[in-house]
Amino acid sequence: MQSQLLLQLIINGLIIGTLYGVVGMCFVLIYKASQVVNFAQGEFLLIGAWTCWWLLTAWNIPFFWGFLIAVCFMMVFGIAVQMIVLRPLIGEPIISVIMVTIGLSIFFQALMKWMFGTFAQPFPPIFPVAQVNILGLQVQTAYLMSTGVSLAIMAGFAWFFKYSRLGLAMRATAFSQQVAQSLGISVRQVFALSWGISAAVSAVAGVVVGIVNGVSSALSYFGIKVFPAVILGGLDSVFGAVVGGLIVGLLENLGQYVDSQYLKWGNLYEIIPFYALIIILMIKPYGLFGTRDIERV
Amino acid sequence: MAEAALKFEPAAETAPPLLSVDNIEVVYNDVILVLRGLSLKVPKGQIVALLGSNGAGKSTTLKAISGLLKTEDGEITRGDVTFMGERINGIEPDRIVRRGIFQVMEGRRIIADMTCLENLRLGAFTRRDNEVKSDIERVYEYFPRLKERTGLAGYLSGGEQQMLAIGRAIMSRPKLILMDEPSMGLSPLLVKEVFSIIKKLNQDLGVTILLVEQNARVALSVADYGYIMEQGKIVLDGSAEMLATNEDVKEFYLGQGGGDERKSFKNLKSFKRRKRWL
Repeated sequence: MQSQLLLQLIINGLIIGTLYGVVGMCFVLIYKASQVVNFAQGEFLLIGAWTCWWLLTAWNIPFFWGFLIAVCFMMVFGIAVQMIVLRPLIGEPIISVIMVTIGLSIFFQALMKWMFGTFAQPFPPIFPVAQVNILGLQVQTAYLMSTGVSLAIMAGFAWFFKYSRLGLAMRATAFSQQVAQSLGISVRQVFALSWGISAAVSAVAGVVVGIVNGVSSALSYFGIKVFPAVILGGLDSVFGAVVGGLIVGLLENLGQYVDSQYLKWGNLYEIIPFYALIIILMIKPYGLFGTRDIERV
Repeated sequence: MAEAALKFEPAAETAPPLLSVDNIEVVYNDVILVLRGLSLKVPKGQIVALLGSNGAGKSTTLKAISGLLKTEDGEITRGDVTFMGERINGIEPDRIVRRGIFQVMEGRRIIADMTCLENLRLGAFTRRDNEVKSDIERVYEYFPRLKERTGLAGYLSGGEQQMLAIGRAIMSRPKLILMDEPSMGLSPLLVKEVFSIIKKLNQDLGVTILLVEQNARVALSVADYGYIMEQGKIVLDGSAEMLATNEDVKEFYLGQGGGDERKSFKNLKSFKRRKRWL
Protein backbone atom coordinates (compact mmCIF):
# COMPACT_ATOMS: atom_id res chain seq x y z
CA MET A 1 0.00 0.00 0.00
CA GLN A 2 2.81 2.35 0.89
CA SER A 3 4.84 1.59 -2.22
CA GLN A 4 1.65 2.18 -4.15
CA LEU A 5 1.35 5.62 -2.55
CA LEU A 6 5.00 6.35 -3.22
CA LEU A 7 4.63 5.41 -6.87
CA GLN A 8 1.53 7.55 -7.17
CA LEU A 9 3.38 10.51 -5.66
CA ILE A 10 6.33 10.01 -7.99
CA ILE A 11 4.03 10.00 -11.01
CA ASN A 12 2.29 13.12 -9.73
CA GLY A 13 5.66 14.73 -9.11
CA LEU A 14 6.83 14.05 -12.64
CA ILE A 15 3.61 15.40 -14.13
CA ILE A 16 3.67 18.58 -12.04
CA GLY A 17 7.40 18.73 -12.68
CA THR A 18 6.93 18.90 -16.44
CA LEU A 19 4.49 21.76 -15.88
CA TYR A 20 7.03 23.56 -13.70
CA GLY A 21 9.56 22.86 -16.43
CA VAL A 22 7.36 24.44 -19.10
CA VAL A 23 6.68 27.55 -17.04
CA GLY A 24 10.38 27.61 -16.11
CA MET A 25 11.30 27.62 -19.80
CA CYS A 26 9.03 30.64 -20.29
CA PHE A 27 10.78 32.37 -17.41
CA VAL A 28 14.20 31.58 -18.84
CA LEU A 29 13.09 32.68 -22.31
CA ILE A 30 12.37 36.18 -21.04
CA TYR A 31 15.50 36.27 -18.91
CA LYS A 32 17.76 35.13 -21.74
CA ALA A 33 16.31 37.44 -24.35
CA SER A 34 15.94 40.60 -22.32
CA GLN A 35 17.74 40.00 -18.97
CA VAL A 36 14.52 40.68 -17.10
CA VAL A 37 13.60 38.50 -14.13
CA ASN A 38 9.87 38.37 -14.58
CA PHE A 39 8.08 38.13 -11.25
CA ALA A 40 4.75 38.39 -13.05
CA GLN A 41 5.15 34.97 -14.66
CA GLY A 42 2.57 33.41 -12.32
CA GLU A 43 0.04 36.06 -13.33
CA PHE A 44 0.38 34.97 -16.95
CA LEU A 45 -0.90 31.55 -15.83
CA LEU A 46 -3.67 33.23 -13.88
CA ILE A 47 -4.83 35.52 -16.67
CA GLY A 48 -4.64 32.72 -19.23
CA ALA A 49 -6.71 30.41 -17.04
CA TRP A 50 -9.32 33.08 -16.29
CA THR A 51 -9.61 33.98 -19.96
CA CYS A 52 -10.17 30.36 -20.93
CA TRP A 53 -12.62 29.86 -18.04
CA TRP A 54 -14.56 32.97 -19.03
CA LEU A 55 -14.77 31.92 -22.67
CA LEU A 56 -16.00 28.47 -21.64
CA THR A 57 -18.56 29.52 -19.04
CA ALA A 58 -19.83 32.85 -20.36
CA TRP A 59 -19.84 32.02 -24.06
CA ASN A 60 -20.19 28.23 -24.00
CA ILE A 61 -17.38 27.83 -26.49
CA PRO A 62 -16.09 24.27 -26.90
CA PHE A 63 -12.98 23.66 -24.82
CA PHE A 64 -10.63 23.27 -27.78
CA TRP A 65 -11.53 26.65 -29.26
CA GLY A 66 -11.68 28.41 -25.93
CA PHE A 67 -8.24 27.07 -25.12
CA LEU A 68 -6.86 28.17 -28.49
CA ILE A 69 -8.36 31.65 -28.26
CA ALA A 70 -7.05 32.08 -24.71
CA VAL A 71 -3.53 31.09 -25.80
CA CYS A 72 -3.62 33.45 -28.79
CA PHE A 73 -4.96 36.23 -26.59
CA MET A 74 -2.12 35.70 -24.13
CA MET A 75 0.41 35.89 -26.95
CA VAL A 76 -0.94 39.33 -27.87
CA PHE A 77 -1.20 40.24 -24.18
CA GLY A 78 2.44 39.34 -23.54
CA ILE A 79 3.59 41.39 -26.51
CA ALA A 80 1.45 44.31 -25.35
CA VAL A 81 2.87 44.18 -21.82
CA GLN A 82 6.38 44.22 -23.21
CA MET A 83 5.69 47.06 -25.61
CA ILE A 84 3.73 49.28 -23.24
CA VAL A 85 5.37 48.64 -19.89
CA LEU A 86 8.86 47.28 -20.46
CA ARG A 87 10.03 48.86 -23.69
CA PRO A 88 10.35 52.34 -22.17
CA LEU A 89 12.51 50.78 -19.46
CA ILE A 90 15.20 49.46 -21.81
CA GLY A 91 18.52 50.76 -20.54
CA GLU A 92 17.23 51.46 -17.03
CA PRO A 93 18.91 49.72 -14.06
CA ILE A 94 17.96 46.06 -13.79
CA ILE A 95 16.59 46.53 -10.28
CA SER A 96 14.04 49.07 -11.54
CA VAL A 97 12.85 46.68 -14.19
CA ILE A 98 12.47 43.89 -11.64
CA MET A 99 10.48 46.17 -9.35
CA VAL A 100 8.20 46.95 -12.28
CA THR A 101 7.53 43.24 -12.85
CA ILE A 102 6.67 42.88 -9.15
CA GLY A 103 4.31 45.81 -9.58
CA LEU A 104 2.77 44.17 -12.63
CA SER A 105 2.27 41.00 -10.61
CA ILE A 106 0.38 42.83 -7.85
CA PHE A 107 -1.64 44.83 -10.36
CA PHE A 108 -2.73 41.82 -12.40
CA GLN A 109 -3.66 39.82 -9.32
CA ALA A 110 -5.83 42.63 -8.03
CA LEU A 111 -7.33 43.12 -11.48
CA MET A 112 -8.25 39.45 -11.75
CA LYS A 113 -9.79 39.45 -8.27
CA TRP A 114 -11.78 42.52 -9.19
CA MET A 115 -13.01 41.01 -12.45
CA PHE A 116 -13.65 37.42 -11.42
CA GLY A 117 -13.92 37.46 -7.64
CA THR A 118 -11.79 35.89 -4.99
CA PHE A 119 -13.34 32.42 -4.98
CA ALA A 120 -11.97 29.46 -6.87
CA GLN A 121 -14.11 28.66 -9.88
CA PRO A 122 -14.15 25.14 -11.28
CA PHE A 123 -13.86 24.59 -15.00
CA PRO A 124 -16.90 22.97 -16.59
CA PRO A 125 -16.25 19.25 -17.04
CA ILE A 126 -14.04 18.85 -20.08
CA PHE A 127 -13.12 15.21 -20.18
CA PRO A 128 -15.70 12.41 -19.97
CA VAL A 129 -13.82 10.95 -17.01
CA ALA A 130 -11.92 13.04 -14.48
CA GLN A 131 -9.41 10.33 -13.70
CA VAL A 132 -8.07 7.36 -15.56
CA ASN A 133 -6.55 4.23 -14.17
CA ILE A 134 -3.06 3.46 -15.45
CA LEU A 135 -1.47 0.31 -14.03
CA GLY A 136 -3.51 0.63 -10.89
CA LEU A 137 -2.65 4.33 -10.43
CA GLN A 138 -5.20 7.12 -10.53
CA VAL A 139 -4.12 9.88 -12.89
CA GLN A 140 -6.12 13.03 -13.62
CA THR A 141 -7.10 13.17 -17.29
CA ALA A 142 -6.14 16.84 -17.34
CA TYR A 143 -2.67 15.89 -16.13
CA LEU A 144 -2.34 13.30 -18.89
CA MET A 145 -3.23 16.02 -21.36
CA SER A 146 -0.82 18.42 -19.68
CA THR A 147 2.03 15.94 -19.91
CA GLY A 148 1.34 15.44 -23.59
CA VAL A 149 1.10 19.18 -24.19
CA SER A 150 4.20 19.88 -22.07
CA LEU A 151 6.30 17.37 -23.96
CA ALA A 152 5.05 18.81 -27.25
CA ILE A 153 5.95 22.32 -26.07
CA MET A 154 9.42 21.19 -25.02
CA ALA A 155 9.99 19.53 -28.38
CA GLY A 156 8.66 22.69 -30.01
CA PHE A 157 11.09 24.86 -28.05
CA ALA A 158 13.99 22.58 -29.00
CA TRP A 159 13.07 22.80 -32.67
CA PHE A 160 12.43 26.52 -32.51
CA PHE A 161 15.83 27.37 -31.04
CA LYS A 162 17.76 24.96 -33.21
CA TYR A 163 16.25 25.46 -36.65
CA SER A 164 13.89 28.40 -36.95
CA ARG A 165 15.04 31.80 -38.13
CA LEU A 166 13.48 33.63 -35.21
CA GLY A 167 14.79 31.11 -32.69
CA LEU A 168 18.32 31.68 -33.94
CA ALA A 169 17.70 35.41 -33.75
CA MET A 170 16.65 35.03 -30.11
CA ARG A 171 19.80 33.10 -29.29
CA ALA A 172 21.87 35.75 -31.05
CA THR A 173 20.16 38.45 -29.01
CA ALA A 174 20.83 36.50 -25.82
CA PHE A 175 24.50 36.25 -26.83
CA SER A 176 24.93 39.95 -27.56
CA GLN A 177 22.40 42.57 -28.46
CA GLN A 178 24.95 44.54 -30.42
CA VAL A 179 25.93 41.53 -32.51
CA ALA A 180 22.27 40.73 -33.11
CA GLN A 181 21.64 44.24 -34.37
CA SER A 182 24.68 44.09 -36.63
CA LEU A 183 23.08 41.04 -38.25
CA GLY A 184 19.88 42.93 -38.97
CA ILE A 185 17.88 41.53 -36.07
CA SER A 186 15.47 43.95 -34.47
CA VAL A 187 16.14 43.53 -30.77
CA ARG A 188 12.82 45.20 -29.92
CA GLN A 189 10.93 42.61 -31.94
CA VAL A 190 12.85 39.79 -30.28
CA PHE A 191 11.98 41.17 -26.83
CA ALA A 192 8.31 41.48 -27.74
CA LEU A 193 8.25 38.01 -29.26
CA SER A 194 9.88 36.44 -26.21
CA TRP A 195 7.24 37.96 -23.94
CA GLY A 196 4.49 36.85 -26.30
CA ILE A 197 5.67 33.25 -26.45
CA SER A 198 6.31 33.20 -22.73
CA ALA A 199 2.82 34.44 -21.89
CA ALA A 200 1.12 32.10 -24.35
CA VAL A 201 2.91 28.99 -23.13
CA SER A 202 2.34 29.98 -19.50
CA ALA A 203 -1.36 30.25 -20.29
CA VAL A 204 -1.35 26.61 -21.40
CA ALA A 205 0.04 25.61 -18.02
CA GLY A 206 -2.44 27.91 -16.28
CA VAL A 207 -5.41 26.29 -17.99
CA VAL A 208 -4.20 22.78 -17.13
CA VAL A 209 -3.68 23.59 -13.46
CA GLY A 210 -6.98 25.45 -13.47
CA ILE A 211 -8.82 22.39 -14.73
CA VAL A 212 -7.45 20.28 -11.88
CA ASN A 213 -7.56 22.72 -8.98
CA GLY A 214 -10.08 25.31 -10.13
CA VAL A 215 -9.16 28.83 -11.18
CA SER A 216 -8.23 31.23 -8.39
CA SER A 217 -5.46 33.64 -7.55
CA ALA A 218 -3.66 30.69 -5.93
CA LEU A 219 -2.58 29.91 -9.50
CA SER A 220 -0.09 32.74 -9.47
CA TYR A 221 1.67 30.92 -6.64
CA PHE A 222 2.82 28.58 -9.38
CA GLY A 223 4.99 31.38 -10.68
CA ILE A 224 6.78 31.57 -7.34
CA LYS A 225 7.20 27.79 -7.23
CA VAL A 226 8.86 27.99 -10.62
CA PHE A 227 11.49 30.29 -9.20
CA PRO A 228 13.43 27.58 -7.31
CA ALA A 229 13.11 25.34 -10.35
CA VAL A 230 14.71 27.94 -12.57
CA ILE A 231 17.45 28.95 -10.15
CA LEU A 232 18.18 25.27 -9.57
CA GLY A 233 18.65 24.60 -13.26
CA GLY A 234 20.55 27.83 -13.87
CA LEU A 235 18.82 31.07 -14.71
CA ASP A 236 20.00 31.10 -18.30
CA SER A 237 19.54 27.49 -19.33
CA VAL A 238 16.34 26.34 -21.04
CA PHE A 239 17.30 22.70 -20.54
CA GLY A 240 18.16 23.44 -16.91
CA ALA A 241 14.67 24.87 -16.39
CA VAL A 242 13.13 21.57 -17.45
CA VAL A 243 15.42 19.52 -15.21
CA GLY A 244 14.90 21.96 -12.35
CA GLY A 245 11.14 21.73 -12.82
CA LEU A 246 11.22 17.94 -12.66
CA ILE A 247 13.41 18.03 -9.55
CA VAL A 248 11.10 20.48 -7.78
CA GLY A 249 8.00 18.49 -8.75
CA LEU A 250 9.53 15.26 -7.45
CA LEU A 251 10.90 16.89 -4.30
CA GLU A 252 7.50 18.28 -3.38
CA ASN A 253 5.80 14.95 -3.64
CA LEU A 254 8.56 12.95 -2.01
CA GLY A 255 8.64 15.56 0.74
CA GLN A 256 4.95 15.03 1.24
CA TYR A 257 5.50 11.28 1.42
CA VAL A 258 8.23 11.56 4.05
CA ASP A 259 6.18 14.09 5.94
CA SER A 260 2.98 12.08 5.99
CA GLN A 261 4.67 8.79 6.80
CA TYR A 262 7.36 9.75 9.26
CA LEU A 263 7.81 13.37 10.26
CA LYS A 264 4.22 14.62 10.56
CA TRP A 265 5.32 18.27 10.32
CA GLY A 266 2.56 19.03 7.92
CA ASN A 267 4.15 21.63 5.65
CA LEU A 268 7.09 19.98 3.96
CA TYR A 269 5.29 19.92 0.58
CA GLU A 270 5.41 23.67 0.35
CA ILE A 271 8.89 24.41 1.59
CA ILE A 272 11.09 21.53 0.58
CA PRO A 273 11.89 23.04 -2.85
CA PHE A 274 13.30 26.08 -1.11
CA TYR A 275 15.41 23.95 1.26
CA ALA A 276 16.78 22.12 -1.76
CA LEU A 277 17.37 25.45 -3.47
CA ILE A 278 19.51 26.70 -0.59
CA ILE A 279 21.56 23.51 -0.48
CA ILE A 280 22.13 23.37 -4.25
CA LEU A 281 23.08 27.03 -4.42
CA MET A 282 25.66 26.46 -1.69
CA ILE A 283 27.29 23.76 -3.81
CA LYS A 284 26.69 25.21 -7.27
CA PRO A 285 26.03 28.95 -7.05
CA TYR A 286 25.22 29.24 -10.74
CA GLY A 287 22.66 26.45 -10.77
CA LEU A 288 23.07 23.02 -12.26
CA PHE A 289 23.36 24.13 -15.89
CA GLY A 290 23.89 27.88 -15.64
CA THR A 291 26.88 29.69 -17.02
CA ARG A 292 29.23 31.40 -14.63
CA ASP A 293 29.14 34.95 -15.86
CA ILE A 294 25.50 35.75 -15.29
CA GLU A 295 24.44 38.36 -12.82
CA ARG A 296 22.78 37.44 -9.57
CA VAL A 297 19.83 39.53 -8.58
CA MET B 1 33.49 78.48 -43.02
CA ALA B 2 35.59 75.68 -44.30
CA GLU B 3 32.95 73.22 -43.16
CA ALA B 4 30.21 75.03 -44.98
CA ALA B 5 32.28 74.91 -48.12
CA LEU B 6 32.60 71.17 -47.73
CA LYS B 7 28.92 70.69 -47.17
CA PHE B 8 27.73 72.61 -50.19
CA GLU B 9 30.26 71.27 -52.58
CA PRO B 10 28.65 71.03 -56.04
CA ALA B 11 27.70 67.52 -57.13
CA ALA B 12 30.54 65.73 -58.83
CA GLU B 13 30.30 65.18 -62.56
CA THR B 14 30.69 61.44 -62.14
CA ALA B 15 27.97 59.13 -60.75
CA PRO B 16 27.20 59.79 -57.07
CA PRO B 17 29.11 57.54 -54.69
CA LEU B 18 27.40 54.54 -53.08
CA LEU B 19 28.10 55.98 -49.67
CA SER B 20 28.99 59.47 -48.72
CA VAL B 21 29.69 60.77 -45.26
CA ASP B 22 29.44 64.53 -45.06
CA ASN B 23 31.04 66.45 -42.28
CA ILE B 24 29.77 64.29 -39.42
CA GLU B 25 30.35 64.95 -35.79
CA VAL B 26 29.95 62.09 -33.31
CA VAL B 27 29.53 62.47 -29.59
CA TYR B 28 29.60 59.67 -27.02
CA ASN B 29 27.61 60.00 -23.80
CA ASP B 30 26.63 63.54 -24.80
CA VAL B 31 30.09 64.86 -23.89
CA ILE B 32 32.93 63.02 -25.60
CA LEU B 33 33.50 64.44 -29.06
CA VAL B 34 35.10 61.74 -31.18
CA LEU B 35 34.56 62.69 -34.82
CA ARG B 36 34.99 66.37 -35.62
CA GLY B 37 33.67 66.92 -39.08
CA LEU B 38 34.64 63.82 -40.99
CA SER B 39 33.82 63.42 -44.67
CA LEU B 40 34.52 60.57 -47.02
CA LYS B 41 33.11 58.96 -50.13
CA VAL B 42 32.93 55.32 -51.09
CA PRO B 43 32.33 54.81 -54.83
CA LYS B 44 30.43 51.74 -55.95
CA GLY B 45 32.49 48.63 -56.58
CA GLN B 46 35.68 49.89 -54.94
CA ILE B 47 37.68 48.98 -51.88
CA VAL B 48 38.31 52.06 -49.78
CA ALA B 49 40.75 51.91 -46.89
CA LEU B 50 40.43 54.06 -43.80
CA LEU B 51 43.73 54.22 -41.96
CA GLY B 52 44.88 55.86 -38.81
CA SER B 53 46.38 55.29 -35.40
CA ASN B 54 44.60 53.95 -32.34
CA GLY B 55 41.89 56.25 -31.07
CA ALA B 56 41.68 58.24 -34.29
CA GLY B 57 38.00 57.34 -34.61
CA LYS B 58 38.11 54.72 -37.36
CA SER B 59 35.79 52.25 -35.66
CA THR B 60 33.50 55.07 -34.62
CA THR B 61 33.23 56.12 -38.25
CA LEU B 62 32.12 52.61 -39.23
CA LYS B 63 29.63 52.45 -36.36
CA ALA B 64 28.26 55.84 -37.34
CA ILE B 65 27.59 54.46 -40.82
CA SER B 66 26.09 51.14 -39.66
CA GLY B 67 24.06 52.75 -36.88
CA LEU B 68 25.65 50.58 -34.20
CA LEU B 69 26.76 53.80 -32.53
CA LYS B 70 23.38 53.84 -30.84
CA THR B 71 24.17 50.65 -28.94
CA GLU B 72 27.19 52.37 -27.42
CA ASP B 73 25.50 55.60 -26.38
CA GLY B 74 26.96 57.48 -29.31
CA GLU B 75 25.17 59.90 -31.56
CA ILE B 76 25.75 61.75 -34.82
CA THR B 77 25.18 65.35 -33.80
CA ARG B 78 25.94 67.00 -37.11
CA GLY B 79 26.34 66.09 -40.75
CA ASP B 80 24.83 63.41 -42.96
CA VAL B 81 25.45 59.83 -43.92
CA THR B 82 23.98 59.17 -47.35
CA PHE B 83 23.65 55.69 -48.81
CA MET B 84 22.35 55.24 -52.37
CA GLY B 85 21.02 58.78 -52.35
CA GLU B 86 19.15 58.42 -49.04
CA ARG B 87 20.03 59.85 -45.67
CA ILE B 88 20.55 57.01 -43.23
CA ASN B 89 21.77 58.60 -40.03
CA GLY B 90 19.44 58.07 -37.12
CA ILE B 91 17.96 54.88 -38.57
CA GLU B 92 17.92 51.75 -36.39
CA PRO B 93 20.91 49.49 -37.13
CA ASP B 94 18.76 46.51 -38.16
CA ARG B 95 17.06 48.63 -40.82
CA ILE B 96 20.42 49.77 -42.13
CA VAL B 97 21.40 46.12 -42.56
CA ARG B 98 18.21 45.63 -44.57
CA ARG B 99 19.26 48.48 -46.83
CA GLY B 100 22.46 46.65 -47.67
CA ILE B 101 25.19 47.79 -45.30
CA PHE B 102 26.76 45.00 -43.26
CA GLN B 103 29.44 45.61 -40.66
CA VAL B 104 31.99 42.95 -39.81
CA MET B 105 32.79 44.16 -36.33
CA GLU B 106 36.19 44.41 -34.75
CA GLY B 107 37.19 41.21 -33.01
CA ARG B 108 34.97 39.07 -35.27
CA ARG B 109 32.07 38.90 -32.79
CA ILE B 110 30.85 35.55 -34.05
CA ILE B 111 28.28 33.85 -31.86
CA ALA B 112 30.41 31.50 -29.80
CA ASP B 113 27.68 29.16 -28.59
CA MET B 114 26.37 28.41 -32.06
CA THR B 115 27.79 26.23 -34.81
CA CYS B 116 29.38 27.61 -37.98
CA LEU B 117 26.28 26.76 -39.97
CA GLU B 118 23.98 28.53 -37.52
CA ASN B 119 26.20 31.60 -37.64
CA LEU B 120 26.04 31.60 -41.42
CA ARG B 121 22.27 31.17 -41.41
CA LEU B 122 21.98 34.14 -39.08
CA GLY B 123 23.97 36.18 -41.57
CA ALA B 124 21.06 35.67 -43.94
CA PHE B 125 18.54 36.75 -41.29
CA THR B 126 17.27 39.71 -43.31
CA ARG B 127 16.77 37.65 -46.47
CA ARG B 128 13.51 36.00 -47.37
CA ASP B 129 14.54 34.26 -50.60
CA ASN B 130 15.24 30.58 -50.97
CA GLU B 131 18.83 30.83 -52.16
CA VAL B 132 20.27 30.73 -48.67
CA LYS B 133 21.38 27.12 -49.09
CA SER B 134 23.28 27.80 -52.30
CA ASP B 135 24.88 30.84 -50.69
CA ILE B 136 26.10 28.70 -47.80
CA GLU B 137 27.73 26.43 -50.38
CA ARG B 138 29.33 29.49 -51.94
CA VAL B 139 30.77 30.56 -48.58
CA TYR B 140 32.17 27.04 -48.20
CA GLU B 141 33.81 27.44 -51.60
CA TYR B 142 35.58 30.55 -50.36
CA PHE B 143 36.44 29.00 -47.01
CA PRO B 144 36.62 25.21 -47.43
CA ARG B 145 37.83 24.69 -43.91
CA LEU B 146 34.65 26.08 -42.39
CA LYS B 147 32.78 23.14 -43.85
CA GLU B 148 34.84 20.70 -41.82
CA ARG B 149 34.13 22.51 -38.56
CA THR B 150 30.94 21.14 -37.11
CA GLY B 151 31.46 22.11 -33.47
CA LEU B 152 30.71 25.38 -31.73
CA ALA B 153 32.11 28.48 -33.40
CA GLY B 154 33.69 29.58 -30.11
CA TYR B 155 36.25 26.80 -30.49
CA LEU B 156 37.44 27.95 -33.93
CA SER B 157 40.88 29.47 -34.30
CA GLY B 158 41.17 33.22 -34.75
CA GLY B 159 41.65 32.92 -38.51
CA GLU B 160 38.68 30.63 -38.88
CA GLN B 161 36.56 32.99 -36.81
CA GLN B 162 37.53 35.85 -39.11
CA MET B 163 36.59 33.74 -42.12
CA LEU B 164 33.28 32.91 -40.49
CA ALA B 165 32.67 36.59 -39.81
CA ILE B 166 33.34 37.42 -43.47
CA GLY B 167 31.21 34.45 -44.53
CA ARG B 168 28.39 35.79 -42.41
CA ALA B 169 28.69 39.10 -44.25
CA ILE B 170 28.51 37.33 -47.62
CA MET B 171 25.33 35.58 -46.48
CA SER B 172 23.49 38.85 -46.07
CA ARG B 173 24.24 39.80 -49.72
CA PRO B 174 25.17 43.35 -48.82
CA LYS B 175 25.91 46.17 -51.22
CA LEU B 176 28.53 47.56 -48.86
CA ILE B 177 30.63 45.71 -46.29
CA LEU B 178 32.23 47.69 -43.50
CA MET B 179 35.23 45.76 -42.25
CA ASP B 180 36.81 46.66 -38.96
CA GLU B 181 40.38 45.39 -38.67
CA PRO B 182 40.13 42.00 -40.32
CA SER B 183 43.84 41.45 -39.65
CA MET B 184 43.51 41.71 -35.87
CA GLY B 185 45.36 38.94 -34.08
CA LEU B 186 46.16 36.96 -37.20
CA SER B 187 49.51 35.59 -38.32
CA PRO B 188 51.10 37.37 -41.32
CA LEU B 189 50.27 34.39 -43.52
CA LEU B 190 46.61 34.44 -42.52
CA VAL B 191 46.46 38.20 -42.99
CA LYS B 192 47.60 37.65 -46.56
CA GLU B 193 44.95 34.98 -47.06
CA VAL B 194 42.15 37.06 -45.58
CA PHE B 195 43.04 40.08 -47.70
CA SER B 196 43.25 38.06 -50.89
CA ILE B 197 39.75 36.85 -50.11
CA ILE B 198 38.58 40.42 -49.51
CA LYS B 199 39.97 41.38 -52.91
CA LYS B 200 38.32 38.35 -54.47
CA LEU B 201 34.96 39.17 -52.91
CA ASN B 202 35.18 42.65 -54.34
CA GLN B 203 36.01 41.31 -57.82
CA ASP B 204 33.68 38.27 -57.92
CA LEU B 205 30.59 39.64 -56.23
CA GLY B 206 31.08 43.31 -57.01
CA VAL B 207 30.56 44.18 -53.36
CA THR B 208 31.89 47.54 -52.23
CA ILE B 209 34.12 47.48 -49.16
CA LEU B 210 35.10 50.13 -46.66
CA LEU B 211 38.09 48.76 -44.81
CA VAL B 212 39.46 49.98 -41.49
CA GLU B 213 42.97 48.79 -40.79
CA GLN B 214 46.00 49.25 -38.61
CA ASN B 215 48.07 47.30 -41.08
CA ALA B 216 48.40 50.09 -43.65
CA ARG B 217 50.70 48.22 -45.99
CA VAL B 218 48.40 45.29 -46.63
CA ALA B 219 45.30 47.50 -46.67
CA LEU B 220 46.76 49.78 -49.35
CA SER B 221 47.80 46.74 -51.38
CA VAL B 222 44.16 45.75 -51.96
CA ALA B 223 42.46 49.14 -51.79
CA ASP B 224 41.62 51.46 -54.67
CA TYR B 225 41.46 54.59 -52.57
CA GLY B 226 42.52 55.50 -49.07
CA TYR B 227 41.75 57.98 -46.34
CA ILE B 228 44.00 58.71 -43.41
CA MET B 229 42.42 60.06 -40.27
CA GLU B 230 43.73 61.57 -37.12
CA GLN B 231 41.86 62.81 -34.07
CA GLY B 232 38.45 62.52 -35.65
CA LYS B 233 39.26 64.11 -38.98
CA ILE B 234 40.49 63.07 -42.38
CA VAL B 235 43.96 64.48 -42.80
CA LEU B 236 44.96 63.00 -46.12
CA ASP B 237 43.33 61.08 -48.90
CA GLY B 238 44.26 59.82 -52.31
CA SER B 239 44.53 56.77 -54.49
CA ALA B 240 46.11 53.76 -52.84
CA GLU B 241 49.24 54.02 -55.02
CA MET B 242 49.62 57.65 -54.22
CA LEU B 243 49.31 57.03 -50.47
CA ALA B 244 51.69 54.08 -50.57
CA THR B 245 54.37 56.30 -52.07
CA ASN B 246 53.64 59.41 -49.99
CA GLU B 247 56.64 60.22 -47.85
CA ASP B 248 54.67 61.01 -44.69
CA VAL B 249 52.50 57.92 -44.95
CA LYS B 250 55.60 55.86 -45.55
CA GLU B 251 57.15 57.21 -42.44
CA PHE B 252 54.24 57.15 -40.03
CA TYR B 253 52.20 54.19 -41.20
CA LEU B 254 54.43 51.96 -43.27
CA GLY B 255 57.52 52.24 -41.11
CA GLN B 256 59.77 53.11 -44.02
CA GLY B 257 62.21 55.97 -44.39
CA GLY B 258 62.67 58.83 -42.01
CA GLY B 259 64.52 56.47 -39.72
CA ASP B 260 67.51 58.70 -39.24
CA GLU B 261 65.50 61.55 -37.77
CA ARG B 262 63.98 59.49 -35.02
CA LYS B 263 66.98 58.01 -33.33
CA SER B 264 66.58 60.06 -30.16
CA PHE B 265 63.84 61.72 -28.14
CA LYS B 266 65.38 65.07 -28.92
CA ASN B 267 63.76 64.94 -32.35
CA LEU B 268 60.40 63.73 -31.13
CA LYS B 269 58.86 67.17 -31.09
CA SER B 270 59.55 67.88 -34.68
CA PHE B 271 58.25 64.43 -35.49
CA LYS B 272 54.98 65.24 -33.82
CA ARG B 273 54.74 68.56 -35.57
CA ARG B 274 55.39 67.03 -38.92
CA LYS B 275 52.73 64.47 -38.38
CA ARG B 276 49.94 67.02 -38.66
CA TRP B 277 49.12 67.55 -42.26
CA LEU B 278 46.28 69.97 -41.87
